[in-house]
Amino acid sequence: MAETTGAHVAAIAPAGVLRRLLRRKLALFGCAIIVLVVGGAVLAPWIAPYPPDEQLFEGLTLLGEPLPPGGDFLMGTDLLGRDLLSRMLYGAQTSLIIGVVANGVALVIGTLVGVLAGFMRGWIGAVLMRFTDLMMAFPALLLAICLAAIFQPSLWIVAMVIALVNWVQTARVVYTETTALSEREFIAAEKTLGASRSRILFRHILPHLVPTLIVWGTLGISVTVLLEATLSYLGVGVQPPTPSWGNIIFENQTYFQAAPWLVFIPGAAILLLALAFNLVGDALRDVLDPTQRGND
Amino acid sequence: MAGYLFRRLVQSALILLGVSFITFVLLYVLPADPVRQIAGRSATAQTVENIRTQLGLDQPLLVQYGRYLAGLVQGDMGRSYLQKTEVSTLIAARLPASLLLMVGGIACELVIGLTLGVVAAVWRGRPLDQGLMVTSFVAVSAPQFVVGLLLLYVFAVQLGWFPIGGYGTAAHLVLPAVTLGIMGSGWYSRMMRSSMIDVLRQDYIRTARAKGLTRSRVLMRHALPNAILPIIAMIGIDIGIFMGGIVVVESVFGWPGIGQLAWQAIQRVDIPIIMGVTMVSAAAIVLGNLLADIITPLVDPRIRLR
Repeated sequence: MAETTGAHVAAIAPAGVLRRLLRRKLALFGCAIIVLVVGGAVLAPWIAPYPPDEQLFEGLTLLGEPLPPGGDFLMGTDLLGRDLLSRMLYGAQTSLIIGVVANGVALVIGTLVGVLAGFMRGWIGAVLMRFTDLMMAFPALLLAICLAAIFQPSLWIVAMVIALVNWVQTARVVYTETTALSEREFIAAEKTLGASRSRILFRHILPHLVPTLIVWGTLGISVTVLLEATLSYLGVGVQPPTPSWGNIIFENQTYFQAAPWLVFIPGAAILLLALAFNLVGDALRDVLDPTQRGND
Repeated sequence: MAGYLFRRLVQSALILLGVSFITFVLLYVLPADPVRQIAGRSATAQTVENIRTQLGLDQPLLVQYGRYLAGLVQGDMGRSYLQKTEVSTLIAARLPASLLLMVGGIACELVIGLTLGVVAAVWRGRPLDQGLMVTSFVAVSAPQFVVGLLLLYVFAVQLGWFPIGGYGTAAHLVLPAVTLGIMGSGWYSRMMRSSMIDVLRQDYIRTARAKGLTRSRVLMRHALPNAILPIIAMIGIDIGIFMGGIVVVESVFGWPGIGQLAWQAIQRVDIPIIMGVTMVSAAAIVLGNLLADIITPLVDPRIRLR
């Protein structure tokens, strides 16, 4: 599943990368969705038509059923008569915070483990990589569910649980890249010239890892968003009344045959956000890695 | 080969040992007290203590772990706290359903993924290829429970072609298997496409065409088998993803497998069952990786075992 990038590009002007990225239609589409979701999340307090937790009297029919999309409620209402659009906007905050924080932490842990193992070799490297192997043998979702159920799930706990489960892939990719880099001639030349280990690490190894980390960081957000949604759907993620796209589906799924919009609007949102990060990550891989160019 | 196998087996055993220890420690620090769950709310302090002693939960962590491990190597995974049955019996009863679901899921993943990958490679660079590659991104970005609910809504509720959840006939298997396979089919179509493109560039393909063989014969007899081989071994590595997938899919469709068993056990803090399912899943993952490592050099002699 892991496609390793052979990205050995040193310095790339960010402006050039952005221009080349936006020239790709799919990446542009992805960026547009990300901008839209970020905008919705940031502006939620101002643009949400109703408070997300308010159970509106006019939000239910006389029989107590939720209202379908249209009229006063653009996306309809949920089982408790709350405005779905408002909950979706606030839910975007949850998805993005967890997506960025959990993925950021996972990326940091993964990079630390991968670089240390690849650069130090010896017993430290061996121990770290055996531990990574061990983590790979854990059924990730089962572990996440267990952890989330053990600690009472809150926004930050869920983010940490996801990070603890997700760093392994990054560690392996970074490890492979670091070992390959350490064997290159210019590193050997630096060593002969008497450069210190820290100079080699910070001046030569880490900068070369940046493209890989950007690509994996972007693709990883998509994995994180999906995992958060899944945990929340199973009821061990972010807890209601705090809205998250996953727990909106969790709360309403018993009624989904009669009110399918309560499942499919948040479902489509999760899919689009994950898709956006996948498209941008994939385009970044092509843009940042010259060996990949012309392969598509 | 024998030396390599032996080393890999020892390694796998050590990994499983590590998984069992970490899971045990995690469950040990669990803030929810399983004894309270078993005893019920009205139990006196004395009853609670009796149950605790009975289950050996008053012993230190390492003693408890040692006992568990001693049982495990003899195939004894302990008894469920709440169902009063052997965990191995419970898992054995649920395992066939999960295996059936996984086989169905893998079959869907391969059939959909490989077909689309070949089609995309053959029409490389054309709109069809581009369309398929976008579709593959949608497939890998779709949360499994949303796919499951969507399929349920369209094909079971609206069209009535398939039953709404449950287990028993072949018709029950279709929607859960497709749900489980779709995400992977996105990855496999991408891998198959690039593997196929690599193969189509080879000299022997040009030779086969030059000999006057038809395009379709070259594709099916010369290119396809060579392009598929490196991908088949990937299934072994993906077992972990399937293990996560079955928890979700079984929960959406009410499929009576080990995913549901684990999920219910987690909600009721039935630790022996959680431990048991985690160990069975980890064993499946380790076994999958092992098989992938053994099969890869067999199908591609250029790769040697070290």
